[in-house]
Amino acid sequence: MIRAVMVMNTQGKPRLVRFYEFQPPEKQKELIRSVYGALSSRADNVSSFVQADKIFGQDTRLVYKHLATLYFVFVFDSSENELAMLDLIQVFVETLDRCFKNVCELDLVFNFSKLHSILDEIIFAGHVLETSSEQVMKAIEEIARLEKTANPISIVAKSVSGRLGR
Amino acid sequence: MGSQGGWGQSKEFLDLVKSIGEARSKAEEDRIVLREIETLKRRIAEPDVPRRKMKEYIIRLVYVEMLGHDASFGYIHAVKMTHDDSVFLKRTGYLAVTIFLNEDHDLIILIVNTIQKDLRSDNYLVVCAALTAVCKLINEETIPAVLPQVVELLGHPKEAVRKKAVMALHRFYQRAPTSVSHLLSNFRKKLCDNDPGVMGATLCPLFDLISADASSYKDLVVSFVNILKQVAERRLPKTYDYHQMPAPFIQVKLLKILALLGSGDKQVSGHMYTVLADIFRKCETSSNIGNAVLYEAICCASSIYPNSKILDAAVETTSNFLKSDNHNLKYMGIDALGRLIKISPDIAEEHQLAVIDCLEDAITIDDSSPKVPRVTVDTVEGNESPSMTTKVLSLGKEEEDPDDTLKRKTFELLYKMTKSSNVEVIVDRMIGYMISIIDNHYKTEIASRCVELAEQFAPSNQWFIQTMNKVFEHAGELVNPKLAHNLMRLIAEGFGEDDEGADSQLRSSAVRIPDGFICRNSDQIPSAFMQASFDGSQLHGLSTNVRLRIVHFLVNVICWVLGEYGTADGKYSVSYIIGKLCDVAEAHINDDTVKAYAMTGIMKICAFEIAAGRKVEMLSECQTLIDELSDSHSTDLQQRAYELQALLSLDNRTIENVMPSDASCEDIEVDKNLSFLNFYVQKSIEKGAQPYLPESERSGMSNVDNFKNPYQHENSGQSLRFEAYELPKPPPPTSIPFVSSSSRVTDIIPVSEQVHSREIHQNPPTSGADALALEVKLRLDGVQKKWGRPTYSSVPAASATVSKENGVTHSDEATNANSQTRDFPYNHRRQQVEVSAEKQRLAASLFGSSSKSDKKAPSSHRPARGGHVNSERPPATALLLSEPPKEKTSASVPPPPDLLDFSDPLPSSATSEDPFKQLEGLVDTTIAPLSGNAPTPDIIPLYGGTPSINSATQANIRNASAAASGVVTIKKGPNAQDALEKDAVARQVGVQPTQNNPNLFRDLLG
Repeated sequence: MIRAVMVMNTQGKPRLVRFYEFQPPEKQKELIRSVYGALSSRADNVSSFVQADKIFGQDTRLVYKHLATLYFVFVFDSSENELAMLDLIQVFVETLDRCFKNVCELDLVFNFSKLHSILDEIIFAGHVLETSSEQVMKAIEEIARLEKTANPISIVAKSVSGRLGR
Repeated sequence: MGSQGGWGQSKEFLDLVKSIGEARSKAEEDRIVLREIETLKRRIAEPDVPRRKMKEYIIRLVYVEMLGHDASFGYIHAVKMTHDDSVFLKRTGYLAVTIFLNEDHDLIILIVNTIQKDLRSDNYLVVCAALTAVCKLINEETIPAVLPQVVELLGHPKEAVRKKAVMALHRFYQRAPTSVSHLLSNFRKKLCDNDPGVMGATLCPLFDLISADASSYKDLVVSFVNILKQVAERRLPKTYDYHQMPAPFIQVKLLKILALLGSGDKQVSGHMYTVLADIFRKCETSSNIGNAVLYEAICCASSIYPNSKILDAAVETTSNFLKSDNHNLKYMGIDALGRLIKISPDIAEEHQLAVIDCLEDAITIDDSSPKVPRVTVDTVEGNESPSMTTKVLSLGKEEEDPDDTLKRKTFELLYKMTKSSNVEVIVDRMIGYMISIIDNHYKTEIASRCVELAEQFAPSNQWFIQTMNKVFEHAGELVNPKLAHNLMRLIAEGFGEDDEGADSQLRSSAVRIPDGFICRNSDQIPSAFMQASFDGSQLHGLSTNVRLRIVHFLVNVICWVLGEYGTADGKYSVSYIIGKLCDVAEAHINDDTVKAYAMTGIMKICAFEIAAGRKVEMLSECQTLIDELSDSHSTDLQQRAYELQALLSLDNRTIENVMPSDASCEDIEVDKNLSFLNFYVQKSIEKGAQPYLPESERSGMSNVDNFKNPYQHENSGQSLRFEAYELPKPPPPTSIPFVSSSSRVTDIIPVSEQVHSREIHQNPPTSGADALALEVKLRLDGVQKKWGRPTYSSVPAASATVSKENGVTHSDEATNANSQTRDFPYNHRRQQVEVSAEKQRLAASLFGSSSKSDKKAPSSHRPARGGHVNSERPPATALLLSEPPKEKTSASVPPPPDLLDFSDPLPSSATSEDPFKQLEGLVDTTIAPLSGNAPTPDIIPLYGGTPSINSATQANIRNASAAASGVVTIKKGPNAQDALEKDAVARQVGVQPTQNNPNLFRDLLG
């Protein structure tokens, strides 16, 4: 299964972190740092696979993609295929690209919660759920529509509840 | 920014993100985040926060926690948000809780109810959100609460929900297989779902189930093959295509499952050949995902029952991977090759060149990696378009770049390929690579692999020792300390039946190791100054001119080798070696273990010299060292120092027996049953003594009557005391493996304090003699017990001052001696029990791992040596333990006449119920052949105490034991008895050859 998904920039700042097995915040921080350490020392045109057993324990590896200022990192164990994971990153990035039209780091920074929603559509409980960015987009758009329609409702609800509160 | 703010972030949040992004340092970032946390804490606690605002706060909390700060104060608000009616807020709430909480968090209980409700919701988005939360937050206890709803959702009209429900069930299975064991058939059913997505999701749990138990799913093989065929033939809707590949992730999963099912099953595998051949033929090789499927097909082909056609296709694909310029594909190719050579090892040879390419790549980089300019980095960065389209690897220059992953993979392949014919090359390369990397984790792995291969395939002794030296040199602190023992053992034992000449040659070469290591603190010194003197004509050149790093336990090995064999071939002078050992000890001021090794080395050399009839004049630096260690804080060092001094004052015959040269591998037998005491027990019983009761039968008595049953009383007292004494230095065997005292080779084995800590838990042995013995003389217990240990220091003084006129000096020592008499039986007793357990443990740790074959002819070689020991040079220290049955009789009969001066009290002592007369007898008889015939003035005082007054006081007994140990330890210092025991145990365990010798011997002999 997939253990974790990380997006960080080339300075090691996390942009999106998702662990599919619970890790306390301090541990997360440490893991992010060690992953960054492992990646930053790699040259640009070497293979995208790194044995991660030192960081995440026995039999884990990570696949990463270095795009512009960002590292996209997927950590997984032996039940997944490295090349397939590399393509899953591709799916994720393609989806982001569709979503934000020429996605860049700033998009990720400012659309933090949307990022999580997209990721949830692609990976579910550590397993690949959907690999078609089109399908993912559909789901996301549906959620976005929901928000728009939710807005007036929530305003009403808020005023009502506010009155009730008083 | 408006377009990006579409998801409702406020200006504030955007500012926060921005300022963090612009933070110049970690400290600044932390400051910003902490300020943010303060703000959030304040705001979030305000009454009546608008819910939209609250949602944003929650997102900010998630953000803060991603940055590694604790946001637990806001968890409860996230939980509250899941209760919200608004779908959007609810989703946010679920998102936050799945990120914040783990499944055992206290707040989960507040969510379960909401989840239950939401799983029944009409809005499928709500259901999806709830299912996501289910996967993350439901633990074993709460599974039953949501299980019915989840199962119901398997039939939900929306395929997205069905998919997620399958996943959730899978999650339950992972977490608590028993909770869903009755529902596993659902997975089979869902395999036939109309929606290919749901079917694909079902493959995940099925994969898990099949890896656990393939046999019960064999019936599904045909279905799987059919599905795979349909997928590969593009029967699925276009939406499942990815980069022109039909549902590649489903194909990958299916291939994985088929690999499991077909493993070793010819009939089942038969179904798969066609579809595999199809995949190999049709699969797209230009795209990444196509190669992923191909790689998985290779894995499958190598796992199922082999079929030559399929294998050919797999090999061809693999060679395409290997030939590729893309490092990712090379990596996959190497991995695939590793799988294929398991089936037919010849394949590797066909691809030699490709592998060597990867390796050459690795090796040349080792030499030149600093020089390789990283030009490519900049150019690639520069060309990067701002939009994140796929970046194509710049394939042209990668040959020059180090690719650590590829190297590691290649070495893994080499490791799998190693045979006795290529071991030298491969291990050589591995070591070369090992030297070049800094990563300790991986270094350890490589080092242990080197050692493993070396042990398994070593073509010659020289090579083996050389290899081990290199490994120690460069990764000494990382490899298992066991290896040091193995090496010492190997040097000591030689290689089986080979003539001693070969052994000594080996040893000489081993002695040359130390060259560089001696000069500690001076890594720069070429360190060859010893080389000249050590240079033997036939000796293998070791890498002495390399700048050597001092490795802690390599130094220990060196000290040991120098001590044991340094003078063996007479090429170098005694004082020279002693000088070196002193240097080592001085250089490692803070390392007691090294000092102990050095001290023992000196002792051995001195002993061998004296035994050979030569005179040893102490170098002044050595004397200084001895004096210094005599006052050491470490009792172990103290003891060694005193032992050395004691040894120097003995005559050569005694020493020859105490420290026989090159006898580190001799056996020492232990009579665990104390059968040599039977005679005495019988005698005592005849005289009316009570027979021994096992402890279980006397339980409770100690409380009632301590006086009558002093044995237990004493036992508890002893335990207490030992605990207090030993705890301050707990024994991590890795860091201080050699704390044991030793007169000779005991340093091979990590005896250490474990002996003591463990023996506390030992049950008292069932020896009648002991019980009786204690009954006789435990009057003063209550007082003495506590003081037992401290009085040790004064005891040797007692034995030293004891004069020939027996009994004269006893009175003033009586109290001290008294306390020690109790120690004596205790220790003695313990030895019997301890040795076996300890031996087993150590034997297991020394031989367990690497033992595959026996030494070829241990039978002819070993017994010869063992017999030699028994007949000619029984180490005095060991005899207390290891009286073989045949000597039982001699122990029980009155001692021979030539011992008269020692043993005249014996007959009377037997009548006076002194339990230790028997032991004394043992000691005497054993000493007799050593020194009794030609007692020197040095020794006589030692034994003076033995023939004591007829009344057989405790002091008397004490002296007997002190005398026995006095052979090794005289004067003050740690307890002599303790020394004896440790020593004996050490010999026991370390030197005992088992049937399990490392299988390297077989190869070596062959």
